[in-house]
Amino acid sequence: MNRYPLWKNILICLVLLFGVLYTVPNFYGEVPAVQVSSGKATVQLDNALIPRLTETLRSAGLPPTATFSDEHSIRFRFDGTEEQLRARDVIERALNPDPADPAYIVALNLLPATPNWLTAINALPMYLGLDLRGGVHFLLEVDMPGAVTNRLESTAGDLRTLLRSERIRHAGIAREGNGVVLRFRDAAQRDAARRAIAANSNDLQLTDRDLGANDLRLVATLLPAAEQSIREFAMTQNITTLRNRINELGVAEPIIQQQGADRIVVQLPGVQDVARAKDILGRTATLEIRMVDDTPGALEDALNGQVPFGTELYTERGGNPLLVKNEVVLTGDRLTDAQPGFDGQTNEPAVHLTLDSAGARIFRDVTRENVGKRMAILLIEKGRGEVVTAPVIRSEIGGGRVQISGRMTVEEANNVALLLRAGSLAAPMQIIEERTVGPSLGAENIAKGFNSVLWGFVAIAVFMIVYYTLFGFVSVVALAANLGLLIALLSLLQATLTLPGIAAMALTIGMAIDANVLINERIREEIRAGSTPQAAITAGYERAFDTILDANITTLIAGVALLVFGSGPVRGFAVVHCLGILTSMFSAILVSRMLVNFIYGRRRKIDRLAIG
Amino acid sequence: MELFRIKNDIPFMRHALKFNVISLVTFVLAVFFIATRGLNLSVEFTGGTLIEVHYPEPPRIEEIRQTLTGAGYSDAQVQNFGSSRDILVRLPNRDDLDTDRISERVIETLKAVDGPDPELRRVEFVGPQVGKELASDGGMALLFVVIGMMIYLALRFEWRFALAASIANLHDVLIIIGFFALFQWEFSLSVLAAVLAVLGYSVNETVVIFDRVREIFRKRRNLTTPQVIDQAITRTMSRTVITHGSTLMVVLSMLIFGGETLYYFSLALTIGILFGIYSSVLVSSPLVMWLGVSREQFIKPKKEKEEAVV
Repeated sequence: MNRYPLWKNILICLVLLFGVLYTVPNFYGEVPAVQVSSGKATVQLDNALIPRLTETLRSAGLPPTATFSDEHSIRFRFDGTEEQLRARDVIERALNPDPADPAYIVALNLLPATPNWLTAINALPMYLGLDLRGGVHFLLEVDMPGAVTNRLESTAGDLRTLLRSERIRHAGIAREGNGVVLRFRDAAQRDAARRAIAANSNDLQLTDRDLGANDLRLVATLLPAAEQSIREFAMTQNITTLRNRINELGVAEPIIQQQGADRIVVQLPGVQDVARAKDILGRTATLEIRMVDDTPGALEDALNGQVPFGTELYTERGGNPLLVKNEVVLTGDRLTDAQPGFDGQTNEPAVHLTLDSAGARIFRDVTRENVGKRMAILLIEKGRGEVVTAPVIRSEIGGGRVQISGRMTVEEANNVALLLRAGSLAAPMQIIEERTVGPSLGAENIAKGFNSVLWGFVAIAVFMIVYYTLFGFVSVVALAANLGLLIALLSLLQATLTLPGIAAMALTIGMAIDANVLINERIREEIRAGSTPQAAITAGYERAFDTILDANITTLIAGVALLVFGSGPVRGFAVVHCLGILTSMFSAILVSRMLVNFIYGRRRKIDRLAIG
Repeated sequence: MELFRIKNDIPFMRHALKFNVISLVTFVLAVFFIATRGLNLSVEFTGGTLIEVHYPEPPRIEEIRQTLTGAGYSDAQVQNFGSSRDILVRLPNRDDLDTDRISERVIETLKAVDGPDPELRRVEFVGPQVGKELASDGGMALLFVVIGMMIYLALRFEWRFALAASIANLHDVLIIIGFFALFQWEFSLSVLAAVLAVLGYSVNETVVIFDRVREIFRKRRNLTTPQVIDQAITRTMSRTVITHGSTLMVVLSMLIFGGETLYYFSLALTIGILFGIYSSVLVSSPLVMWLGVSREQFIKPKKEKEEAVV
């Protein structure tokens, strides 16, 4: 008797059901959609926008069939291309009253046509890689030594200011290699400098280096932890900046990810205009600090169309108009850091800015002369300015550490800090890898991959059924289950499917059949050796199991090595290969055994097995 | 249907020496070709730019070459890719080229050539630093696979099996690479993936036979070592041929339908599968025999085997 206990049958059926459920979304195709994302660094998408836009669309007679949102975009799905185009215009009019200065990017997009109940259980179609859907892939390398050098340069400036204010005489301060070298003529001044620096900075490590009695040196190097934080800061800032800029391209699902310590992967599906993408990635935004013109009556004049000479009219983030002087007090180059935090006394959320030494001096002078007035911090992008915040100067601020606080929530403080940093890249970046795939090639690659899998499967299926008859049919069903489970797993994990991935799928089919061949051959052998049919089935599956396990583990070792050391196309291959080995173990052994049990397990007397 | 109904064991081991001489000769040839001809490494390893464009009608390649040379890309290679209307342009990395913009410049140059404008199909630019890393990562992967498998096989079977399997399968890898060197086929990242997949695959084959060898050693006391190996190979022959035939069917399907991108990948797999059968059956088994495998090694570690499974 060959029977599985009921629980085992149910379990296998549940797994198969799971497979079907998560494979199904891949067959629905795509429907048109409209995507809304933020067009400016200062505009955040909030949750109130979704009901508002849904209402707008509904009143225009264009109710979306589904709505999706994540932190970077809101997407509305429509039934047809015509609705999609009209909806885009409706949303565009509602969100961007001034087409010349769009606050939001409204773009056409394609979304999977998966029914909502499937989306609700997270059953999505496989995530196609760029080689299958077309688009641009960049690998950017952040110039970390450059970021560290920049910091050392500004540290040299800071030290100069510090020694001057402490009245310590030195014979020159300069950045040399990975450190800042301070020269002194006598040891007493050097000791004083060392004490002053130690009291003022905790990122620096100081060592003495003497070159003769008159050339005493103090070498300040960054502590490893400080250097690490510079690197991390440069990385997060560059990613943030890139994300802001890419939003502007209106790309459906951009991927911006850190890779390793100093690299960023940018993938822009569907983008064909590489030149424009590169322009936007390479553009620099700048930060400016200017004074606010609070002369009584001036603002009213400006609102009536008479902007006073030497000033410009801006709108604050809350929506209040603001008159800002043209003269630039400071630019973002002088800003070395901006971090969210809390006011030391009131415990209110605040943003802490760090200026370099020259910036600190200018800032001290300006604040001394303008206590009680307001200063505006502007982000200049694409030649257009945006007021990030306009705080009141409470007192003279020296030392280069500035705090912006008052009437801010923690989230706002985070956003302002981010914006202040997001303006420019912390360190230059270079494209070290680029892949562009045209849309026609992508579609062709899908067709080629699909055909390879299809005809490979058909060839094996025909052969197996001819060679092993009923057992061959069972093997083919198991193989189909394997393919289904593999697709389901890939869909569930949302692993990127690439052309090498499809190749791995085909290869998996070719290799997964091995397990069934092993089993079927064993059963034949047992019958030849004189076993009864039932005993042959049991022995065949049991004896083959050890071999299948060994064989699959060795193959898995190769797969894991590819996964660990591979990159790009190799990794795409390895993911599918590894998953395929796992699913094949399940389907080749359990699913096929269950079917064989259903067919033969209950019969008491079998004359012969239909195994060819 | 049954293709292999073999009554008596085929005396493979009587010819063990011949098989190994054949494989030694192919091995030496492969090494010779790799050493003398080198590999035609793809842009992924060497760094550089690769641009594939499609023309509505076959363009004159000579004219494209001249225009590119005129635009300062004298080291550009222009060739057909797949069809006469698809053109592949390759540029090596040079210090004086602005790598951020090179692909657009080349496309503009191509558009300046008389006749219909090309449609951009694909651009691949790989900076010099990335290429080196990919090559060293590939080497690491190979090392990891070999060491990982040796450890597994040594635990699961015996060190003699581990050693024999590693030698036999590394020899497969070298033969595939030798083919790529001989015919100067392009060796890309996906070919490397194929080579490593073959490594896993042919060890898989070796394992199936070793499994049998172990089983027969345990069951039959009256057979000599060569007889045991002969029987193991004969008994698994049907499975060997059918499994590899099936895999080969899929790989051929990729070779036929997969287009240019999968061509060398499936070619590497085809060679790997064919040589994989040979080496795992007829190279690794004699090696195990010569390394002195015997029945005693499998009688005592019976308990150990149970542990190894867990």
